[in-house]
Amino acid sequence: MTTVDVGRPARRRNPARRRNSVSGWSMRTIIAVVVAIFVLFFVIPIVWLLLATTKSAHALIVDNPFQPGSFGDLAANWDQLFGFQDGAVTSWVGNSALYALGALVITLVASIPAGYAMALTEFRFRRLLLVLTLIVMLIPNTALVLPIFLELNVVGLIGSPLSVILPMAFFPFGVYLTYIYFNTSVPRDLLAAARLDGCTEFQVFTRVALPLAAPIVALVAFFSFVQNWNNFFLPFVMLPSSEGYPIQVGLTSLLASTPAFNPSSAGAQSVQLPTLALATVISVLPVLIVFLFAQRFLVAGMTAGGTKE
Amino acid sequence: MSYGFVAPYTALVIAFGVLPALYAVFLAFTDNEGGFAGIANFTKVVSDFRFLPAVAHVALYLVIWLVALVVLVSFLAVVVHAVRVRWLSRTLRFVFYLPGALAGASSVLLWLFVLDPTASPVSGLLHLLGFSSFVQVIVPANLPPVFAIIAFWTGAGGWIVIMYGALNNISPDVIEAARIDGATAVQIARRIQLPMLRKWISYMGIMSLAAGTQLFVEPQLLSQASNAIVPNDYSLNQLAYQYAFQQNDFNGAAAISLLLLVIALALSAVFVTRGGLFEKD
Repeated sequence: MTTVDVGRPARRRNPARRRNSVSGWSMRTIIAVVVAIFVLFFVIPIVWLLLATTKSAHALIVDNPFQPGSFGDLAANWDQLFGFQDGAVTSWVGNSALYALGALVITLVASIPAGYAMALTEFRFRRLLLVLTLIVMLIPNTALVLPIFLELNVVGLIGSPLSVILPMAFFPFGVYLTYIYFNTSVPRDLLAAARLDGCTEFQVFTRVALPLAAPIVALVAFFSFVQNWNNFFLPFVMLPSSEGYPIQVGLTSLLASTPAFNPSSAGAQSVQLPTLALATVISVLPVLIVFLFAQRFLVAGMTAGGTKE
Repeated sequence: MSYGFVAPYTALVIAFGVLPALYAVFLAFTDNEGGFAGIANFTKVVSDFRFLPAVAHVALYLVIWLVALVVLVSFLAVVVHAVRVRWLSRTLRFVFYLPGALAGASSVLLWLFVLDPTASPVSGLLHLLGFSSFVQVIVPANLPPVFAIIAFWTGAGGWIVIMYGALNNISPDVIEAARIDGATAVQIARRIQLPMLRKWISYMGIMSLAAGTQLFVEPQLLSQASNAIVPNDYSLNQLAYQYAFQQNDFNGAAAISLLLLVIALALSAVFVTRGGLFEKD
């Protein structure tokens, strides 16, 4: 109590302090302006993109960029997009779903038990597998794409859906997240008790560990899905024909048919700018929806590796 | 039994981690008939007239991007952390993080719109900077900053949210003690918060450096959108792609891939063994 009473008048009497708070005020204004500029930088492209899908090609260029268009134009853009090359966009989105979800299922089946075993059981090469996982997890996933292409070329898998699903299913980050989770959140005593009660090792995993792992399954699924859906380089290299494209690669076909960017493409199958904007929105829609609900996931996942300060 | 649990994953590690790397090593040191070639493939790609420009492009892009990332992410994270109004702080983080949903081709496409003065929402700004057509915006000299802007736009938010979390881990007592001693907000940021973020900043820097060397989708799409004003061998990964698919020279492609892979491996190995950020046991 006394310290507070003494502290306050002293602070008020100190002229340096007052000057500080004046410069602190102007400092604050500058910082607020800078942050506002960054908010605009992050927001404007997204808002504009959403509005662009509701405009005609003419209105997009002539009207105020932030004036919304009409449902009629949105419908027209929709029709043009899904009419492109006899509904190619529909099959690209379907391909994306097949690849992303197929890889997701294999990722979960492979990485949850692996993370569990590495955290809570002992076996030879455990440490080797762990270090290998860490190192591969930290190299960018594009680094191995061409080597994997060269390898799959030898076994003749190029062009098949498996050539993207299997490499995407290899997700060391998911194994590491599972490892951390079981290492920190599931006590070994619990497993020992289950063994005493007569559970086999397999039952210990399915009846005790797995029911406790729901949060980590969701987290791994989130990261795996987002990464698979957005993957460009791998399918771009593995899938030579347009029927096999996921939507991310399909966007390049749409782009190549947009006269505004590629003047040589003007013709019956040409794509207008608002249609291309709509394609961009559709290509990210599933991830955008997942993102809206998953900010906490992202932080939890990316900081999971961090040992406490 | 443990082996049963790790078997599927181990198979994937071997098939898509270890084997491709080894196969790339094999290809990089052999000729197209499988005979030992020494370092001939490496000297061939390095002396290729497209190699050094590609290195320079990627390096310039990396410098701009990494500096922007480290400076701005630290700054924005500290500011957002200092915002006392809770809804405002949450909204800011959300706004910064949302563009992360648009990765890869989608974000590049979006930025093609933004950089095209005829349709851009900021066409006024582009005109002010002296650009009146898309072709002028994407002249080669502008590309490194353009790619850096795209990468920053998609990637920065996630890191800001992470740094924010790390700042929350700093004990409030420490900050309070500094404030009582008369430290200003700027001093607290410089003397306490930033030093405590150092580990995370270096993690961000190394991850981004490794990812940035792989530059592919941005120049690839721009090259397509610009009618090849942007060359299709702008980055190293594109050059490797050209070797494999235009020249059918898998040995040369493997040599470039291997150079890139060694850089990525070295960075991650240094970080795993020295960084102290990851639990190895």
